Amino acid sequence: MRRPGGEPRVEVAAEAPWVRRLAILLAVLVLGLLLLLPLLAVATEALRRGWTPVVAAITDPDALAAIRLTLLIAAISVPVNTLGGLAAAWCIAKFDFPGRALLLALIELPFSVSPVISGLVWVLLFGAQGWLGPWLQERDIQIVFALPGLVLATIFVTFPFVARTLVPLMQEQGRSAEEAAATLGASGWQTFRRVTLPDIRWALLSGVLLCNARAMGEFGAVSVVSGHIRGETNTMPLHIEILYNEYQFVGAFAVAGLLALLALVTLAAKALLERSGDLARLRRPPA
Amino acid sequence: MRGGGASGLRRRVLPGFGLSLGLTLAWLSTIVLIPLLALVLRPLELGPAGIWASLAEPRVWAALRLSFLAALAAAALNLPIGLLAAWVLVRYRFPGRRLLDGMVDLPFALPTAVAGLALTALYAPNGWLGAPLAALGVKVAYTPLGVMLAMAFVGLPFVVRTVEPVLRDLPREAEEAAATLGAGRGQTFRRVILPALAPALLAGFTMAAARAIGEYGSVIFIAGNMPMVSEIAPLLIVVRLEQFDYAGAAAVGLAMLFLSFLLLLVLNLASRFWRPA
Amino acid sequence: MQGFPVSRRSVAGAGLVLGTALAGGARAQGATQLLNVSYDPTREFYRAYNALFVEDWKRRTGQTIRASTSHGGSGRQARSVIDGLQADVVTLALAYDIDAIAERGLIDANWQSRLPQNSAPYTSTIVFLVRKGNPKGLRDWGDLAKPGVAVITPNPKTSGGARWNYLAGWAWAQRQPGGSPQAAETYIAALFRNVPVLDTGARGSTTTFVQRGQGDVLLAWENEAHLAFAEFGRGQFDIVYPGFSILAEPPVAVVDRNVDRRGTRAAAEAFLKGLYEPEAQSLAAQHFYRPRDPAALAAAGDRFPQLEMITIDDPLFGGWRKAQADHFEDGGLFDRLYRPGR
Repeated sequence: MRRPGGEPRVEVAAEAPWVRRLAILLAVLVLGLLLLLPLLAVATEALRRGWTPVVAAITDPDALAAIRLTLLIAAISVPVNTLGGLAAAWCIAKFDFPGRALLLALIELPFSVSPVISGLVWVLLFGAQGWLGPWLQERDIQIVFALPGLVLATIFVTFPFVARTLVPLMQEQGRSAEEAAATLGASGWQTFRRVTLPDIRWALLSGVLLCNARAMGEFGAVSVVSGHIRGETNTMPLHIEILYNEYQFVGAFAVAGLLALLALVTLAAKALLERSGDLARLRRPPA
Repeated sequence: MRGGGASGLRRRVLPGFGLSLGLTLAWLSTIVLIPLLALVLRPLELGPAGIWASLAEPRVWAALRLSFLAALAAAALNLPIGLLAAWVLVRYRFPGRRLLDGMVDLPFALPTAVAGLALTALYAPNGWLGAPLAALGVKVAYTPLGVMLAMAFVGLPFVVRTVEPVLRDLPREAEEAAATLGAGRGQTFRRVILPALAPALLAGFTMAAARAIGEYGSVIFIAGNMPMVSEIAPLLIVVRLEQFDYAGAAAVGLAMLFLSFLLLLVLNLASRFWRPA
Repeated sequence: MQGFPVSRRSVAGAGLVLGTALAGGARAQGATQLLNVSYDPTREFYRAYNALFVEDWKRRTGQTIRASTSHGGSGRQARSVIDGLQADVVTLALAYDIDAIAERGLIDANWQSRLPQNSAPYTSTIVFLVRKGNPKGLRDWGDLAKPGVAVITPNPKTSGGARWNYLAGWAWAQRQPGGSPQAAETYIAALFRNVPVLDTGARGSTTTFVQRGQGDVLLAWENEAHLAFAEFGRGQFDIVYPGFSILAEPPVAVVDRNVDRRGTRAAAEAFLKGLYEPEAQSLAAQHFYRPRDPAALAAAGDRFPQLEMITIDDPLFGGWRKAQADHFEDGGLFDRLYRPGR
């Protein structure tokens, strides 16, 4: 996701002003209708009775436990997928080997797997009726219906984000810079840190942030492995479902609003980073 | 891994191949491959005939058909919207552009269940948008149309985010040349720009469709879940799990996985033929 | 590039965190904790009863105990227990779901005879929630199958409550003059033709009916109908008691294998026995569950109108196992309703 900055040049090949205005209007209208309106609906429902019940819903001990759990899960899954994504992007983009396309396809696979399945596979594997279930039970190790299961399901769902953002960019950048550095005697780690990382850091961050946003918001997969114990294995999205099912609509939409807010902060951070990325690129002398 | 790789590809200057490939494979197998293997092997206990019997029900077919057709329709709907959004975001500067840009990622970030609840509240016959639509005789919530709408919501960012970088890197020279040669703007768009964007559009379409096929959280609230009409395939998995039919649930999951993989394969092959020389 | 987030140390730290998280998965064993895995509509009742029990247990044994609950669709909850959720007690919507757990050896096969009254300390039934003034004039089951009536019920394949709804209607049709299995099938087919939305759970259906304004009548648990009535303003809905319904007996059981391993049997058994005590019985009545205790029932006054109720063990159904196989299994009667060409 490279973003050359600067103002667009004045073009011979440009649309008539009315086409331009119409296109902008249409885009704003359609995106607003499709994307912004649901968010507005959440906010309206949450604030239906003012701020007091919103604050009460968010500071409820069970809600706080859900917030903590969600943040913890994201704090574990995002680094794992960042590390894996970096490794995958490095070997796919910088080396030729047979099966590269297959590897990339397999990395993208979790995108097309239904969230229900993403949760189910862990139950099939670690559940009491699953392959490793009896072995785990003998040792009193709980994976599904506890934190590890939630983390594994989240990692599965957010698996491709970092790799997917990095691979096309690193492929496009080629490997000549790294090869030059390596020929000059830089170690692998040095090459990576001094040559590769500066070029990919904005894409990396944007991938990480998307991964994080999705990790916090995942519902289907964690719902299968959670066990739904109040204050213990309920993440924020699950807590929202519980509140909703208890007819506490204001509370449900309040926590939903908070979660959406966390996601929006993430997205804003991404936009800001990309902007400073543009500036940094402008300051750098052209290669 | 490292020894074999190094001897096979002698000319490699860069270090870290063994390490990064090893890490990738470890990451991929623990998180994705081994669990999916569990999914693939579970229905096998039914035997091939059992798997077929468990899938060859009209209700299963109807659910799979709905999931795939609605996903394809949603992805198709996302093409013009996504192209328009990407175009406006890349080519024009206007107040609020950054805001619009951030909004595009919203479906990635908004929890699917929240999206589902919000969409249902909006499009239910007594909702903000559902009421005027109902007056026009259009029912969205609790119909396949609602399923498609929710799927379009989750898939839109994929189209915008794949088209955007390609559009940004598109050399302007070709457009300028076309303009100098007397082509109208519309002609240039159709003949020069669209073909160049086609592979990216197809890639975005593929990802949006792939994501939509499996979507559960945001669809389930708005779907209505009527067997044969608005029941999606992931719900069928849940239904079978409720009956303690693990193998049957895994069989539906496997069928979905297989069909999505097939779809991805076809679309990827299509994009290879499409690529401009 | 100093200070970039991905440093050697943070990578190692992340690995460590993951390692500890995966290794330390076992539930913390501190103060005794009792996990009750229940179904959707009991949320409010068990919140109140948990508090009652914790206090009572402290008074009797001096021990501090934590009682937590997990709620969800009855079938899903049973499956979670089968898959390893460490439930000490289960309080579900149908005996069938507890039987399923027992089949996997987690609960003794004779569980239903271990506590009085089929191990069901409270009962409920299925009633109609209609729009204010009952504009469509829906009085009994026959009215629901008339053309132009929209009926909201959850999906019997995923919701325990919906199975009671379905079976009540089926039994009603059989009991009509000239009733037969064929007539019942025709009736059920007509009834489900009137259903525009099948939510996955009872709470989802209530929301669809109440919040989204769908349908003319909601088939609901008696306690759900009263709760919705109380929560959403009395001016909007009426509760209609049909002349005939089904006696829903939501059963409870101790999960033997889990309590023996965790050493919580005494507390778990006390938790369930306590449900039959007068205090809990009147608490159940307050939450619109029909108490078994005659005194509590009398004290509830006209809260629970008398009506003719059939039980699941009636020869018409032949118990849960048979009813489940006849009606709700894949290829059962309910699936046949939705076969194309019908």
